[in-house]
Formats: sequence, C-alpha cells, structure tokens
Amino acid sequence: MTRFSGRHLLGIEPLEPADISALLDTAETLREVLTRPIKKVPTLRGKTIVNLFYEASTRTRSSFEMAEKALSADTLSISMATASVQKGETLLDTARNIEAMQPDMIVMRHSSSGAPHFLSRNCRSAVVNAGDGAHEHPTQALLDAFTLRQKRGRLQGLRVAIIGDLLHSRVMRSNLWLLKKMKADVILCGPPTLVPPGIESLAPCTFRIDEAIEGADAVMMLRIQLERMSGGFFPSLREYHQRFGLTEARMKRAKNNVLIMHPGPINRGVEIASEVADGPYSVILDQVTNGVAVRMAVLFLLLGGSEVAS
Amino acid sequence: MPAAPGYRQRQVLMDNDRLRRTLQRIAHEIVERHSDQAGTVLVGIRSRGVPLARRLASMIRDAVGVAPPVGALDITLYRDDLRMSASQPTLRGTDIPVSIDERTVILVDDVLFTGRSVRGALDELIDFGRPARIELAVVVDRGHRELPIRADYVGGVVSTAREDIVQVLIEEEDGQDAVVIIKPHDALGELSSHATRAVNEKARKPSSPRAAARRRR
Repeated sequence: MTRFSGRHLLGIEPLEPADISALLDTAETLREVLTRPIKKVPTLRGKTIVNLFYEASTRTRSSFEMAEKALSADTLSISMATASVQKGETLLDTARNIEAMQPDMIVMRHSSSGAPHFLSRNCRSAVVNAGDGAHEHPTQALLDAFTLRQKRGRLQGLRVAIIGDLLHSRVMRSNLWLLKKMKADVILCGPPTLVPPGIESLAPCTFRIDEAIEGADAVMMLRIQLERMSGGFFPSLREYHQRFGLTEARMKRAKNNVLIMHPGPINRGVEIASEVADGPYSVILDQVTNGVAVRMAVLFLLLGGSEVAS
Repeated sequence: MPAAPGYRQRQVLMDNDRLRRTLQRIAHEIVERHSDQAGTVLVGIRSRGVPLARRLASMIRDAVGVAPPVGALDITLYRDDLRMSASQPTLRGTDIPVSIDERTVILVDDVLFTGRSVRGALDELIDFGRPARIELAVVVDRGHRELPIRADYVGGVVSTAREDIVQVLIEEEDGQDAVVIIKPHDALGELSSHATRAVNEKARKPSSPRAAARRRR
C-alpha cells in the first residue's frame, strides 16, 4: 500500500494518484471495523476534532461525526448558522478562537471557495475540507470512487457520466479531478446555462443527456442547487426534468448493470425520477454507508502517526 | 534481506529445518492442552503471525485430523505508539472468521519483545467478544518485557541486547524460513555467542510432555 503524503485534505486536485489509492485502500480496511460487535477502535483516543459547518449539512456532518467516534476521537460540532458568525465575527477570528482550544483537526464546510485553504494557512491543526463553495468536496469524490471500485473492482477505463448542475457543483469538480487522475473516462452534461465556461478543456461536455448516458458504466446525478441560484437558469423544474432528468426510459442507453449515483439530498422528480433513485441500479445508499469508512481513512491518515512526522 | 543501516552482523539462530521442528513442537503442545479443536481458534498477529498460525493449524490437522479456524489481527489501530511513530502506518486488516465467544483463542506472533503488541492484540480481541481463555504462542521470546505478559507456548528463548533486531523470516512473507538476529556493528563477539548458546541449549532438550509442562510453569 502506498502512502498518503499531505497534512491537510483541502481538495482532490493537489493529490497524486498514489495518495488516492492509499486513501481508498485504507478505507477498505477500516470498513471492517464498522461490522464488528463493538464498532469502535481506540486509534484517535485523546485527539480533538472540531466540525465547523458554515452551511447546512446532514449527511456529511453526521458521516464525519460517526467516523470520528468510531476512531475514538473527541468531537465538537459547531453549526455556524446558529453561532457567533451571526454576531459579526470574521472567519479568521473564529478560527483563532477555536485554535486557542488546541484541536488536532478542523473539518470545515463553508460557502466560500478557498475558505478551508485560508484556515489551513492560519492554523496549526490539520484541516479537512467538507465542501467549499463551488470549489471542491474531496471526501464526497473519495466515497464515490470507493463505491465505484467496490462495485466494479477498478476505476481505470470506466465511463462515468456526470449530469446536472455543473456550474454550482463542488461534487462534480472533485469527482472530475479524481476520475481523471485514476484514468476513468468522464463525460459531463448539463443545460447550457449551468455549464461553467472552459470546463470542456477538462472533459467532454454535452447538452444532450442521452448522449452522456450512452454506454455509461456509472451515472452521477447532481442536485439542482436552488439555494445557490440567483437568476433564471432554466424555465421550470418540470421542464428541467423533461430535458435533463434521469428516467427509467433514459437509463436503457447505459450499460446493462449501470450504477446510478447521487451525492444527496435528491430532488425526486427533478434531476432523478423516484423509480430510478429507488431502483435496482441505484447505489445511493451504498454511497452513504461508504462515506463513513472513507472519512475514517482520511482522519486516520492525517492524524494517525503524524505528530512527529509533521 | 539487507540489514538496516548500522546493523551489520546477521546471524542465523534457526534455519528452515529448526524452525519447522519448533513449530511442530508448539503444535503438539497445543494439541496436548486442547483436545477439542472445535473450541479453539488460532489468531495470528499481522504480519508474520498470520502465516505462522496457518502452519500451526495445518500441523494440528496432521496430528488430530481437525484444524482449528485461523484468524488475523491487525493491531495498528490499537497501538500505543501510533502518535510517536514517524512513518505513516499501513493497515492490512483484521479478519476473525468465527465468533470467539466461549472459545479458547491462541494468539500467534513471531517475536515476543516488549509485550506491547500483545497488549494491543488483547484489547482488540476483547472488542470481538468474550473468549473463554486467551493464550499466547511465539516462535522466539527475546526478553526485555515492558508489560506483565508471558507466552504459553515458546519456540525458543534468546538473550538479546535491547538494540538487537530479531527477525523470524517466513517463506510466505520473506521468501525463506529462518530466525535471524541482527546486531549493531560494534556489539558482536560476546553477545552473539551468548545468543547462539541459549538457542542451542533449548534445541538440545528433548521435547517430552514433561519438558513442555515444565516450560509452561
């Protein structure tokens, strides 16, 4: 097994393929811990991890918390929607105050791209990006890759279609970096108004969903992020579903045993039809299960045995 | 196998044949003590404990016709020196194939040294259930214990200096079977002959049930 070289996990873009393999292999081993009668190991005993969430999150935050608890770390979750940021505190001041309590790691979600990078430059603690603006969501891409590898045994050569709101999606960006580094073939698809300019220099991009699904090993649907949309990107949700929604009829163009993925939360009847989300090809809940093991791997590789090395 | 920097003198304590006979003797001692193999499970401590446990299981099968189940324990997640190790730990995984509740678990490891790995292994095992009893089998006991831990089955006792390295080499992992001691360059001579003598005395003793019983005490 190869080694993971970083001190923080800020994104997939700076990682080497060997780092990604190390993370996925470690997650594979740690998954076993979650099947034990006592689902807890003492590895991170005495380490303190602060989960600093500036944006709403259910899945990611609870997944990080479960991973932290399974490794016996002490955890503190702060939801900034209800905290002192409302009273006008700056990110740097919040970070300095949390740092003064000497945590070993800060897991951060923020609506601004680059916020965790800023934190990592101003803190001693290890920083894990749990989603920053429209930039990256590295643990989501890792758990997606883990699920693909679990179901298909490899990443190399898989044809993966990523469909939906490409413009606002940090999940797409992290997945795009990861899949390209691991030599999978990615095809992107979304309405012209939701395709970020220049993205075609990274992967082929189409406006026709049927073309994207054709021959796909896996289809990753992205959530329509209405909360991030300030203008009219498409006429109506119903029209969006007709043009870009994943339906049973459309799935027939993909490979026989196609994997249907979604980072959640899903908008039923918008980007994905209920029959597909709940259907036999959907691995959406496997993604959630795998998220805990993948996050355990991130915590373990960043905090386990790194005190002297760093 | 190349020696680590500063550790030049390599000496073979057990060759292929001696190691095989040593394992054979441990297997017989296990059979003597546990007539019912269904109530026993061998659990190797990664990495070299695992192939050793498999070999013991097949020797037990040759002796009584039934092999006990074999498991593997990766104690990395339970180590007490994780935060002190400079390099990143590598995980190879734990696999306990049967319930250990009410069974006798025999932990198998290559070298018993400070006892800290065994401490980690005991903690991890207890998280899997409540064994009736836990015993410990090792190929070499090299002394320098830091915890109140002893082995129930010992292949050989070797006197060593703390800075010596004792390695049990296993065909499955290392491409050959042997037990070697690697000494710092300046500490050869007296210490190495001491170690050889200790192992030789051990090996000359016939492995009678009475001798085995004496060792257990």
